[in-house]
Amino acid sequence: MEITPPVSMTEFFDAVQNIPLIRYALLAGIVSSLTFGVVGSFVVTRRIGYIAAAIAHSILGGIGAAIYFSRVYDIPWLTPMIGAVIAALLSALVIGWVSLRAGEREDTIIGAIWAFGMASGLLFIHYAPGKAVSLESFIFGNILLTSRSDVIATVTLGAIILVLVGLFYHKLVAVCFDEEFARLRGVSSDAYYLLLLAITAISMVLMVRVAGIILSLALLVLPAATASRFSRKLWVIILVSIGLTFVYNTGGLALSFELDVPTGPFIVLVASLVYGLSFALKRLVR
Amino acid sequence: MSSATCARSQQRSRGHAEFNLTLFSHPLNPVESSDIAVADGLCFGYGRQLVLEDVSFSIPKGESLCMIGPNGGGKSTLLKLMLGLLEPTRGSLSLFGKPAEEARKQIGYVPQAVRFDPLFPITAIDIVLMGRLDRHRFGFYSRKCRETALQALAEVGLEEFANRPFSDLSGGQRQRVLIARALACEPELLLLDEPTANIDLSVEEQFIETLALLKEKMTILMVTHDLDLISEIGDSVLCVNHRVHRHSLPLSGETIREIYSGVRRVEHDRRARHVHGDHSACEHD
Repeated sequence: MEITPPVSMTEFFDAVQNIPLIRYALLAGIVSSLTFGVVGSFVVTRRIGYIAAAIAHSILGGIGAAIYFSRVYDIPWLTPMIGAVIAALLSALVIGWVSLRAGEREDTIIGAIWAFGMASGLLFIHYAPGKAVSLESFIFGNILLTSRSDVIATVTLGAIILVLVGLFYHKLVAVCFDEEFARLRGVSSDAYYLLLLAITAISMVLMVRVAGIILSLALLVLPAATASRFSRKLWVIILVSIGLTFVYNTGGLALSFELDVPTGPFIVLVASLVYGLSFALKRLVR
Repeated sequence: MSSATCARSQQRSRGHAEFNLTLFSHPLNPVESSDIAVADGLCFGYGRQLVLEDVSFSIPKGESLCMIGPNGGGKSTLLKLMLGLLEPTRGSLSLFGKPAEEARKQIGYVPQAVRFDPLFPITAIDIVLMGRLDRHRFGFYSRKCRETALQALAEVGLEEFANRPFSDLSGGQRQRVLIARALACEPELLLLDEPTANIDLSVEEQFIETLALLKEKMTILMVTHDLDLISEIGDSVLCVNHRVHRHSLPLSGETIREIYSGVRRVEHDRRARHVHGDHSACEHD
């Protein structure tokens, strides 16, 4: 999918060599494509895209709360990233708990958390003292704002996710396919479902950095959705998703840098087009 | 009854006699020869209303028992109780001398294949390997697990389909994959939920043959409405309709038809008829 004129690519490579921001962005993009490819495949397969979307929106609540409390009570370690992780995990647990206990309709809770996260985030940010906070980079994402600590967080969280999925791959697949049978074989299905949601939640935090709250879901789901149009084997879907995400992240970064367009929307647009094309391609193949 | 079926059922009853003989030739283990499942005064209700009431029965080792009954009569509930997915409201249910939940290791469960997401990206062998989940901690499945899984697939005649995606298989093949998954658990009791419900008539005979082979190796309990399956596989029939009645088999084809016509009528008229009548032809325990 990478159709870049060679001249601008060298310009991009120059930038990578000389501007640390671009280097961090590229590094974060490369590392996170592994995480996103894996988690996106599970999200598509288990059909929990809307849960991921609700989690993404609840993240604004965490970011807002972190900014507000760190400024009002002077807590320097309470970064927006930490607030985002806490909010994402909390929403994942609430949604998971509700859907397991079935006390309320799952889609209702998803909608409620979605809106609650956005509303509380906007209010916290409104009342936070000090310098005005720009919402734009949270809502639409800006991979070029990636700092050194963001890269460290991306690598650490990504590594945790990959290790967890690697260790419990078969159990996660079994629980996604047939949670009842998994339970009969002594697997605590509920715990693994919650683990999957937690992993999804952390991915969404990383994703929001790249593509923002609104566009992150597309970037998580589209590569896996594209891949699953051509394969019926989960590990193939995972590998193809990783590849696609890698191409989207790095190619999108390079191209948007060259063309001077916002990275997140650009990446998502390309990913959507490829997904659309996959329908046409499949028809051609047949 | 065709002559072939007759021959087969004769063969079966002979097999059964031999089986009983071997049981009695184990004087040291009199307990082992006894029942693997015992329900005593079992009651269960989801809310205030009882779905199953005062249910008592036992399943001797090696028996093939068919559960029949109208929809809503409690067959699935009874199955779930036996799997330990539900707790009895009153009374007791024990399998292998233990509460149902603790006996899960010895049970292979075969749900209906239609229940599954047809788009789920998974191969036949990966589904069968789920039967080994309790022997698997993390990472890859061991080679032994893979061998057992392949062997289970071979037992249902699908070894060539090991790496095919589940979604590419026919309804009958999917159902057999699920049986293979249960066999990979190396069970002593096989529980099946309407195994032939979504299978074409053309492949049903083959399917029944698969089950007939398994019947020689383990105790089988299945929910089914399939008359052919009952007459080919079943040793007895358990009528589940709020309460439970056991009918011993082999019965003549005529009697089976009578029991079944009773059930059919119940399916139309719901409960009343079945409870109050139409059991004249059946010998209750």
